[in-house]
Amino acid sequence: MIRFILIQNRAGKTRLAKWYMQFDDDEKQKLIEEVHACVTVRDAKHTNFVEFRNFKIVYRRYAGLYFCICVDVNDNNLMYLEAIHNFVEVLNEYFHNVCELDLVFNFYKVYSVVDEMFLAGEIRETSQTKVLKQLLMLGSLE
Amino acid sequence: MPNVAKGDGMRGLAVFISDIRNCKSKEAEQKRINKELANIRSKFKGDKTLDGYSKKKYVCKLLFIFLLGHDIDFGHMEAVNLLSSNKYTEKQIGYLFISVLVNTNSDLIRLIIGSIKNDLLSRNAVHICLALQCIANIGSKEMAESLAPEIPKLIVSGETIDAVKQSACLCLLRLFRTSPDTVPSGEWTQRVGHLLNDQHLGVVTAATSLIHTLAQKTPEDFKNCVSLAISRLSRIVTSSYTDLQDYTYYFVPAPWLSVKLLRLLQVYPPPEDPAARGRLNECLETILNKAQEPPKSKKVQHSNAKNAVLFEAINLIIHHDTEPTLLVRACNQLGQFLQHRETNLRYLALESMCLLASSEFSHEAVKKHMDTVITALKTERDVSVRQRAVDLLYGMCDKSNAEEIVAEMLAYLETADYSIREEMVLKVAILAEKYPVDYTWYVDTILNLIRIAGDYVSDEVWFRVIQIVINRDDVQGYAAKVVFEALQAPACHENMVKVGGYILGEFGNLIAGDQRSSPMVQFQLLHSKYHLCSAPTRGLLLSTYIKFINLFPEIKGQLQDVLRNNNNLRNADAELQQRAIEYLQLSTVASQDVLATVLEEMPPFPERESSILAKLKKKKPNVSDIEVVKEGKKSSNPPTLNNSAANTPEATPASAPVPVMAAAPAPVQSASDDLLGLSAGPAAAAPITNNFAAPASFAAPAAPAGGGGLLVDVFDTPPAQNNVSSALAPQAEENFFKFAIKNNGVLFENELLQIGVKAEYKGNLGRLGLFYGNKTSYPFQFFTPTVSCPGELASALNVQTKPLDVNTVEGGAQVQQIINVECISDFVDAPVLSIKFSYSGSMQQINLMLPVMLNKFFEPVEMDATTFFNRWKQLNSPGQEEQKIFKATFPIDSDTSRTKLLGFGFGLLDGVDPNPDNFVGAGIIKAQSSQVGCLLRLEPNMQAQMYRLTLRTSSTSVTTRLADLLLKLF
Repeated sequence: MIRFILIQNRAGKTRLAKWYMQFDDDEKQKLIEEVHACVTVRDAKHTNFVEFRNFKIVYRRYAGLYFCICVDVNDNNLMYLEAIHNFVEVLNEYFHNVCELDLVFNFYKVYSVVDEMFLAGEIRETSQTKVLKQLLMLGSLE
Repeated sequence: MPNVAKGDGMRGLAVFISDIRNCKSKEAEQKRINKELANIRSKFKGDKTLDGYSKKKYVCKLLFIFLLGHDIDFGHMEAVNLLSSNKYTEKQIGYLFISVLVNTNSDLIRLIIGSIKNDLLSRNAVHICLALQCIANIGSKEMAESLAPEIPKLIVSGETIDAVKQSACLCLLRLFRTSPDTVPSGEWTQRVGHLLNDQHLGVVTAATSLIHTLAQKTPEDFKNCVSLAISRLSRIVTSSYTDLQDYTYYFVPAPWLSVKLLRLLQVYPPPEDPAARGRLNECLETILNKAQEPPKSKKVQHSNAKNAVLFEAINLIIHHDTEPTLLVRACNQLGQFLQHRETNLRYLALESMCLLASSEFSHEAVKKHMDTVITALKTERDVSVRQRAVDLLYGMCDKSNAEEIVAEMLAYLETADYSIREEMVLKVAILAEKYPVDYTWYVDTILNLIRIAGDYVSDEVWFRVIQIVINRDDVQGYAAKVVFEALQAPACHENMVKVGGYILGEFGNLIAGDQRSSPMVQFQLLHSKYHLCSAPTRGLLLSTYIKFINLFPEIKGQLQDVLRNNNNLRNADAELQQRAIEYLQLSTVASQDVLATVLEEMPPFPERESSILAKLKKKKPNVSDIEVVKEGKKSSNPPTLNNSAANTPEATPASAPVPVMAAAPAPVQSASDDLLGLSAGPAAAAPITNNFAAPASFAAPAAPAGGGGLLVDVFDTPPAQNNVSSALAPQAEENFFKFAIKNNGVLFENELLQIGVKAEYKGNLGRLGLFYGNKTSYPFQFFTPTVSCPGELASALNVQTKPLDVNTVEGGAQVQQIINVECISDFVDAPVLSIKFSYSGSMQQINLMLPVMLNKFFEPVEMDATTFFNRWKQLNSPGQEEQKIFKATFPIDSDTSRTKLLGFGFGLLDGVDPNPDNFVGAGIIKAQSSQVGCLLRLEPNMQAQMYRLTLRTSSTSVTTRLADLLLKLF
């Protein structure tokens, strides 16, 4: 299962943190810093998977943003790697060419997108069409 | 530029965010935030009731401030109010605020449960979904208790719309993970399986996750899902990518769902029904076939999605381990990936192939790829890929390729990353032992290992080579020759000196005929290293010298000179001093016959599991699984150095003691087994004297009775000549119990030494800083604190001690030592801290109990009266309650008692007990293996100066231990 999802920029600023496990605030901050230290030193020749404590991080870099998913060691790496991409494509469609600032100014909407696609640490919906249709419907509500 | 005005954009929020982004400094940001907080606070406090939009906007601003990392201490009520709004945008912000800010034991949860329930029962699907998402995001126990019964209805009802079903499945999954007992069983469990047939693939995706988790707990209840999952999978893999429209991702039909179905099937054995089995095998073959087809797209997304399914299919094939053709095909496919240009695929192929290596059907096929894997080990840039290559080489190793693999691993070890060296050393040592080409090769390999990576060779490894040399008389002469040669290197590792010292002491006579390695040469070679070695190694060498006196009477004089040397005879280290005295005496008074009997060659060791394997298992639990599976599945075990039929890992106890202990007298052995793993210092030296511990005191009657035992058991009766006492230091016990309610303070103090403790605990982990202060103006030498867990404690508490960097504490100086503890399960005794040092020539020993007690892993819990009494009533089985009525040791004072209980770790619950003088508390013991909830009631009786203490927990041992600890405090 997914333990947490993080979106961070190269400078280490968090653009989204979604937790599926209980951590207290100090622990969250520590995890955020450790993950940043762990993924930013890696280059394109490295794998997209890093062992991390008793878990592993599956991550992918888009321009200046790192999208990281922390999962169990025996989880399917490629499935989560593509889940990241699927999520990014939805964001891209939803925000019409998404950029980092969209995530800053519309942080509360990003949480809605996450909850449509991932819930309780599991993948909830994978169809981009269905997710976007639902988001469009919600966006039209008052 | 971001499109901030999109949709329902809140202008005020966008302006605020822009302002924050324009702040040039941290201070400016803080100022802007304070201004905003003041503004919001005044709006919330103002007389005018705010409209929904403003409320939403301000709550959203507060959330943004919180996400920037600032504390928010108001606005919660406004957020709760938003939940009852009828407008989606307001409700959404309310729910979001609560999901992000609430922690699970907040009072807020009780407030919002009512609102959530309303939304769950609403007819508006959007509201239901928001409520479900909120439950799934917070997933607290309170929520589980009050809301779990509502969820199954939503999952199986025919009227629920698809989006709600999806969320309900995952919401229930979260509550099941939080608290499995609150999820009601019932008819719904029969019907949930049929969701695998649902038309909406999103529903199937969510339901598969739920079923997977439930089935892991009770596989029998969800057995009907196997055939349903197979037929769903079959429909997906045989569909063309146009069939599934929305669910096709880069020309791959429903990749995520396929993976989830394949994982669900791994909960079960291969289906017994031949039709289902045939259908599943067809699916797996189709997936393997597709991997060979030309890609439908050049995009990496296409190949990733396709391979995600392929790897999971291979996992299922390995899990079943019954279809040889599929296993071999899987292996060939992975073989292609080993040389793929994508690092991800090479990494995953190595990982997956490691599992295939353990199947008897594919083991041979895996071996064909050895050269590629060796190349990977040498050329991969990513250390995690190289690590996988090491794992795979270890996994594919057998008698036929051991020599080559071990040679390659040794070669790699010279340049290997520090992070993986120790593990590699263990692996090489195990392979060399398990698949020996011959015994000389084995000895060469281990000596090479010490030469190349001596620092990473743990005691288990060098103990083991000695054990094997002693048991195989055909290799003894060779071993003596090669250690002699290895010792001639100008710089050789201390571990080499240990092995050399031991082997020459036993078998040096076998090479003494050659002038180049005559007794005198052997002795001088060893003694040239003596002064560079640590005390335990010197002790070992002294034992070698007494053995030489027996083997080579012609050089007795020179050897006695060494023993007689004041450096040894009056050494400040009691251990060395004692050995020198006893050995000198032994060599003087005993006749050659007596000497020969006492110093007889070591008898062979009983066969047992390699202690190295036990060590590797401890280090990497997942490796051990592979190992056991491998051993279990092979019809015959591969030949090993100890040709014992009972030598499979399953048949022997995991706690393999070090080899030399076998020769110790039986009663001593049981005491020393535990010690050995923990205190490397005395342990390394102890075995050597074991085999003549008794004769030593016979030959030297002047020595105190317990003298022989001292070397073996540091807690045994000590000899009198030193100021060494194994009993607990005075007042140690009283001080110990003081630490039950505090973490910092002075643990011990006498006229020489003060020991301070600073501890922190979190969950099941703790970290203690010990500060040793020398109160005198003279140095403490050979200052060695050791921590050990006697008896059962060793398995309940994991204690890691960082050795001190120095072994001298200067006068007036303080040194610090860090000890990490991990609570595995509940325990009673405390670890023993034993400190030895030499002060102006006399040996001091202080034994203390390390203040680590069960309540240190205690976390307070808040709950209301109803919950408390419900739980209290549930814990009424025998053994769960402990009641003590006792006389107060200290004056009864309400505030002091309160402080003590809080310090002990309880959360105090006021207003639960109608009598305000009584205390009611709750907490959880966080051990790694289990968490035990504890409830307490303490009733003081002022007149009688008595207390009545009642404790209830779900574990008898925890109840007893906590009651005992509490008793000492009041």
